[in-house]
Amino acid sequence: MLKKSLISVAAVSAIFMAGAASADTADKRIALSNNYAGNSWRQAMLKSWDKVTGKAVADGIVKEAPAFTTAENQATEQAAQIQNLILQGYDAIVLNAASPTALNGAVKEACSAGVTVVSFDGVVTEPCAWRIAVDFAKMGEVQLDYLAKRMAGGANLLEIRGLAGVFVDDEIHKGIVAGVAKYPQFKIVGSVHGDWAQTVAQKNVAGILPSLPKVDAVVTQGGDGYGAAQAFKAANRPTPLIVMGNRHDELTWWKQQKDANKYETMSVSIAPGVSTLAFWVAQQILDGKPVPKDMIVPFLRIDQENLEQNLANTEPGGVANVEYLQADALKVIASAK
Amino acid sequence: MLATLTSRRFLRSALPAISLVMILLPIFYMQPRTMSYFGLNLLLNLAIPIALATMAQMFVLTVNDLDLSIGSYVSLVACIGATWLQQTPLLGVAALLACIVVYGLLGALVHVRNLPSIVVTLGMSFVWLGLAVLLLPTPGGQAPGWIRTVMTLKTPMVPFPILAALLIGVLVHFGLMRSSYGAVLRGAGGNPRAVARAGWSVLRTKVTMYVMAGIFGMLSGLSLVGLTTSADANIALRYTLLSIAGVILGGGEFVGGRVSPIGAVLGTVTLVLAGSFLSFMRISPDWQIGAQGAILIVVLALRALINRRGSTA
Repeated sequence: MLKKSLISVAAVSAIFMAGAASADTADKRIALSNNYAGNSWRQAMLKSWDKVTGKAVADGIVKEAPAFTTAENQATEQAAQIQNLILQGYDAIVLNAASPTALNGAVKEACSAGVTVVSFDGVVTEPCAWRIAVDFAKMGEVQLDYLAKRMAGGANLLEIRGLAGVFVDDEIHKGIVAGVAKYPQFKIVGSVHGDWAQTVAQKNVAGILPSLPKVDAVVTQGGDGYGAAQAFKAANRPTPLIVMGNRHDELTWWKQQKDANKYETMSVSIAPGVSTLAFWVAQQILDGKPVPKDMIVPFLRIDQENLEQNLANTEPGGVANVEYLQADALKVIASAK
Repeated sequence: MLATLTSRRFLRSALPAISLVMILLPIFYMQPRTMSYFGLNLLLNLAIPIALATMAQMFVLTVNDLDLSIGSYVSLVACIGATWLQQTPLLGVAALLACIVVYGLLGALVHVRNLPSIVVTLGMSFVWLGLAVLLLPTPGGQAPGWIRTVMTLKTPMVPFPILAALLIGVLVHFGLMRSSYGAVLRGAGGNPRAVARAGWSVLRTKVTMYVMAGIFGMLSGLSLVGLTTSADANIALRYTLLSIAGVILGGGEFVGGRVSPIGAVLGTVTLVLAGSFLSFMRISPDWQIGAQGAILIVVLALRALINRRGSTA
């Protein structure tokens, strides 16, 4: 009797799961291989992973999905970690890589052992792996697109860059330069490195301000908008339009300005929850769905209308985040085709 | 018989092997998949470049010096392997030979000017790393096909990494521990004055050992790039400390002259397996470095215990 009802319960739940298109992955195990956990972005990334995969496991979509972080941020260590994950028999490895190339050997081993490898954020070049890349150049370009709408007549821009010599800084800068070429009414009158840190940005913007003509807008890379605003305030200059980068302090400042004097801007960055997008993509691949090898992560863009909602969801000291659903993954896969 | 088995000397030289078994058995138990040809291959292949780097470090330790540049040197070799050696083999070979010559000159410099090797090699580590970044500013390159073929060799019966580790250990053992010049080399580390009085050139022994370190460092870099297929200027920075730990874990000491090649290979493999062991145990990464350190301390404490018992008996 008991057995019979158990079977019927199993049957019913199987039908429900089939509805979610995931019955085939119920016995699959997906591991996250992560190379670094030492900043708030990575911490949020791991937290999102735990939250979303925890629910997926509870719902019976996958069997388990633990996260592994290497003790040191080194490619050789992560290569060993990947090989260990292969030995542990995971069906898929979701990977934020320490190096785009130095893990290729281990990734190849995984592929030839029949393990699906999905890399995101820090992607790998090995052709057998899937890549969910960030289009950093686009992140620079959308800022100019927005400014072109707000300041059709043109404006003087101050550019705050990231950490010199880092690939990400180069890419966002390229995007901004491309945007200025597209809208020639804009002119970059000054450029400083803010190192993605509010204090550095404030100090360096304060240093360059006396030598600049009127600045109408500031284009940024994230983590530097609040510092720039403080520098303008300290120099008794009118606050320009500063593009923000989704950090909690930036959004808080924006909200204050919005309430006080209808200040308008936008904010753009990558959500740490992109790890959960990679999880769903891996799940889809295990489910046998055709998925193109290269995909692009959507940005998390915050505008005047959805500021309050995003601010409420952001922890103090953290970054605005979004956890992806299976449906979002399907959208990203479809748009890459 | 029992007396030999419990003698201090025997216990000391058996300790690396015992630690290896102590860590290998739980791994086999937790993850039976590792007991296969395929499993052992995956478990151990990354130990080969580390074992070679450990040998390089051991040569330098033998003459009572310390090499803090081996990690960045291996990285540079990996970068040369993935770029010049692939595109223009002649230039690549020339560059690698030049690196080894520089290593020999470093040995001469340390000896002639009586400089602390730690300072010289620490300085060199930045030079090697700088050159690697110049050569390969963004990660990439491609390992030459023949290195890849060697490193992914499917040997019959016994997996390639085990054979390679055995070969490295035995080869160095006979060169350093059993040959007559090997005794002089070790002597130059233990008691340089005595070796010099006996008419041997200490300068020559230092240069020989540094050149050997350069050669084994090169082999380490090439085997690493063969495994990873492409390089990164920061790829092997961790090897500096791993190699020192490997030598010490394998029974070597910082005083010069007291080393054990086979022990060092076993020590390296133990260190690598310790990482896998902790990962199979699902220990949180925050604790992993500490746990790795704890394993080291336990082994060294055992050794100290054996030493003390031996001296009081």
